[in-house]
Amino acid sequence: MNENDKKAFETQLRTFVGRPIGPPMTGRDPVNEPMIRQWCDAMGETHPAYLDAKAAKGTIHGEIKAPPTMLQAWVMEGWEMHEGYDEPKNEQHRLHKFLADHGYTGVLGTNTEENYTRYLRLGEQVTAETVIAEISDEKATGRGIGYFITTRTSFVNEKGEDIGSMSFRVLRYKPPAEAASAGGGAGKDGKSAAVAAKPTRIKPPMGQDNAWWWEKVAKENVLPIQRCTGCGKLRHPPRPMCDACGSQKWDSIAASGRGTIHTFTVIHYPQFPGYDYPIVSIIVDLEEGERMASTLVECKPEQVAIGMPVELLIHTDEDGFKIPFFRPAK
Amino acid sequence: MPTTIHNEAAVAGIGQTAYSKKSGVSELSLATEAVRKAIDDAGLRPSDVDGLVTYTMDSSDEVEVARTVGIGDMTFWSKVNYGGGAAVGLVAHAAMAVATGMAKNVVVYRALNGRSGQRMGQGVSGQIISSDLIHWSWYMPFGLLTPASWIALQAKLYMEKYGATSEHLAHIAITQRMHAQNNPNAAMRGKPMTMDDYMNARMICEPLRLFDCCQEDDGGCALLITSAERAKDMKQKPAVIRAVTQASFEGQEQMTSFYREDLAALPEMELAAKIIYEQSGLGAKDIDAACLYDAFTPEILMQLEAFGFCGKGEAKDFVTADSLTLGGALPNNTHGGLLSEAYLHGVNNLAEGVRLIRGTSCNQPEGVDHVLVTSGVGVPTGAVIFGQV
Ligand SMILES: [Zn+2]
Repeated sequence: MNENDKKAFETQLRTFVGRPIGPPMTGRDPVNEPMIRQWCDAMGETHPAYLDAKAAKGTIHGEIKAPPTMLQAWVMEGWEMHEGYDEPKNEQHRLHKFLADHGYTGVLGTNTEENYTRYLRLGEQVTAETVIAEISDEKATGRGIGYFITTRTSFVNEKGEDIGSMSFRVLRYKPPAEAASAGGGAGKDGKSAAVAAKPTRIKPPMGQDNAWWWEKVAKENVLPIQRCTGCGKLRHPPRPMCDACGSQKWDSIAASGRGTIHTFTVIHYPQFPGYDYPIVSIIVDLEEGERMASTLVECKPEQVAIGMPVELLIHTDEDGFKIPFFRPAK
Repeated sequence: MPTTIHNEAAVAGIGQTAYSKKSGVSELSLATEAVRKAIDDAGLRPSDVDGLVTYTMDSSDEVEVARTVGIGDMTFWSKVNYGGGAAVGLVAHAAMAVATGMAKNVVVYRALNGRSGQRMGQGVSGQIISSDLIHWSWYMPFGLLTPASWIALQAKLYMEKYGATSEHLAHIAITQRMHAQNNPNAAMRGKPMTMDDYMNARMICEPLRLFDCCQEDDGGCALLITSAERAKDMKQKPAVIRAVTQASFEGQEQMTSFYREDLAALPEMELAAKIIYEQSGLGAKDIDAACLYDAFTPEILMQLEAFGFCGKGEAKDFVTADSLTLGGALPNNTHGGLLSEAYLHGVNNLAEGVRLIRGTSCNQPEGVDHVLVTSGVGVPTGAVIFGQV
């Protein structure tokens, strides 16, 4: 996506915010004893107030009531809810398809919050209305770049009385392999994308000023250093102009891979998916005179020291991503 | 026309919401509550305000705040970049506007659901192609994802170079926690901290332990800035802006200026110090109290040196001499700071600076004529000196 496409995409994405996903949905059955019993069996719930009419008589409710956490179960669509992403039938499906069509094929449920106003009584008829409440800005996450979508559901009974609410947040993201193929737009359906891949490190967002560097690492197994072709000055991180002579022309050299640790930290928290903790993070003085941030491997955290000589090691992640690391010099 | 900003503008009002871990309201609600309180504090009406300044990171746009609060016509607004580095920049922009007549009364604000909403240090986000995001690309893949990790790289080098230890950092954290015990708005009130508490907390990014790092909070804070002349006739005792500047130094990056000669110093803060001392005609010896930006404890050590309160490498001895406490040479963050009051991105430290001039701090030292307040460390930043009329 170029900048204009991206803008148009974001604008269209925002139009989903505030929309109900469809008409309010009423449960297929009123609150009833058999469903309560089956749910309790499945969940291992044995409290007599839910299961034994005689015991329930002695409670303040005087009869069997439904477990509060069953709230959503009363309005579940059943098997039908598995369909619909190819031919969306509500706004939520349309939103997910819209994102999937633009390369955001990954889906990950992140969190849910439920509020129960009171216990439900036998015979009550539950109706739920769900609204697309929020779509976050684009976030770089451990899974890849994506959007958090929050839906809010309000539950009422047949008299319109409030009986509870639920918010549910999912991350819709571009799996790294697709993010790398710049355009995205793989257009997979939601079902297959729901099988999430093992999390990988956050990939560098690629632009004209840095993509060439990562491509050289990947294709040539080297650590490139940008060089001004006007005056020969090296510079890292890469930038589009030489700050010494103003030239916009440049090439690059392959670093020798030798350097020393200028400073370091051992990262324990917070821990992001896709990284192995603790991480020994280092700033390396390269032999060529430039400095770079990297990771030290093949070294125990307690053995790392400022001034330690290190050597380059092009590390390859399980997903094939290559990244220049260092290890203690042999 | 004035040729410098010296004594041209003053803070005439401050306002803040309750600070909490879950505000339960929108950021716009927090922003407008703080702004309205700052206007009330100054004894003005919303219609007297004609300018607004906030952070680029703030989600409450100027016109939304204006419409909500009932501010009418505006002739000046701006936003300052670089997270906590913006704090003093807000004051600088507002002071310039009132000093030049671009606006009469400018409110600066910051409001965030920093704990219950979008939290800091959760990795970096943004548009795909921007110079800023490409900048982060040199760090994110390597796991350098949080402010603690970036600051730790500099802190490690500083401590090794000058022999500073965890005990020195602990002194800073414990002193500010002690200050928070008298502050009814402080998140850490009722939770005093011992050296054992500090040492037993988990390591985040070596050498930073948990209590070397500031908190995450929800809240809003605002200041009303007007001309020094008008401020004299308003409701509160003015905090006159003796000097104010933004400061970015050669080789500056946002949190990752790892490519300079000496990583055990803060050259952007040294630049800020040089300018504000020149503007004000004051020196470190004239500063009676400070609110030095304190997202992480080692930042205090390096700032004490940058602003000349002690020599290079001497900050560790300065803090162990109880210099930052009420009776010390430089009472610092008397409200508890970002570490122990709340993380309002530095605007709450500005508000405390104003209270110290008014004489209304919950921990008020005697005879405060000049207070130094600084912005974010490791980012393009700034510094301000408040003084008496
Ligand atoms: Zn050149």
